[in-house]
Amino acid sequence: MRNRIVILLVGVLTLVLLESRPAYAMHVMEGFLPPLWALVWFAVAIPFWAFGLRKITRLVHEQPEMRMMLGLAGAFAFVLSALKIPSVTGSSSHPTGTGLGAILFGPAVMSVLGTLVLLFQALLMAHGGLTTLGANAVSMAIVGPLIAWSVWRLFHTRLPMWLVVFFATSLANLSTYVVTSLQLALAFPDAVGGFVASFAKFGTIFAVTQIPLAISEGILTVLIMNALQQNAQAELHTLGVVRGEN
Amino acid sequence: MRTKTFGLITTISLIVIVVVLAVIPLIMVRDSEFGGADGQAEGEIAMLAPNYEPWFSPLIELPGGETESLLFALQAAIGAGVIGYFLGFKRGTKHASTVSNTNELGVGFESN
Repeated sequence: MRNRIVILLVGVLTLVLLESRPAYAMHVMEGFLPPLWALVWFAVAIPFWAFGLRKITRLVHEQPEMRMMLGLAGAFAFVLSALKIPSVTGSSSHPTGTGLGAILFGPAVMSVLGTLVLLFQALLMAHGGLTTLGANAVSMAIVGPLIAWSVWRLFHTRLPMWLVVFFATSLANLSTYVVTSLQLALAFPDAVGGFVASFAKFGTIFAVTQIPLAISEGILTVLIMNALQQNAQAELHTLGVVRGEN
Repeated sequence: MRTKTFGLITTISLIVIVVVLAVIPLIMVRDSEFGGADGQAEGEIAMLAPNYEPWFSPLIELPGGETESLLFALQAAIGAGVIGYFLGFKRGTKHASTVSNTNELGVGFESN
């Protein structure tokens, strides 16, 4: 058992050291998806936005005390997606911060908040883009939160809270970049190997870049959740994130 | 079941891990500028689809890295400000309600 772990660690380290060429990750840049694909991803995103907006309106109406908590979820995504952290492949990428809001409010609400962050970056910083907003929203504001929420829902009654928060948000971060590679591979299939080869190309490169970042995202979300437990027990209780006696 | 929260030492250790995760690559990978990874996407796509022309360009082209880092700092600052406000507000509210509860108890005790 111990030997196996050593072999695994050495393997991962070798991979990391060998794979030090620059990687592609983060968002799909402006104009870099053909119009058809840009439209397809908008079409996927729109129902989530509509549903999310309705949920937010209802939440603000029925539980006005949750407005601040909603702001917090958005602010967390705002900060984390501004942190470009160096990674082992010699390039930088960033956490997404969308997992926290997904655990608190569910994926639909986060699809709206995450898209607002993307919109800010697309409009002001030329990071991501308007034509690729649909695609980037699907990866960062929809699939990531869906993964975080699913992991949370499946395990939060069985395992320690911090552990579930960690895995839910780390996996959300990873899945965001899996989807980004998928989108690029679909739009730019390899001339010889087609979609699969192209996906493997984008996927294997970014996976290594993204692993330390996913861990960071998990830890940072555990930390903020801890602060919330200390200071906003009542809200977590109302949202059903923590249960039992207060 | 009330979930336990972390103490100061655990919190600090976790922050240290995040910092170390960011610093290790800087020490390990020497010959890199740690450029934003999406800047290199153009190269990747150019290899897969040499004839592809981006059909739309950003509405605002920032003059350079300095302005971009200003906006990223601004983004982080706004977010951190909101988080700090929220936690401070909640902490203050909790503190105030504990204080007023003890006062009420005290008054009640005296009137007996």
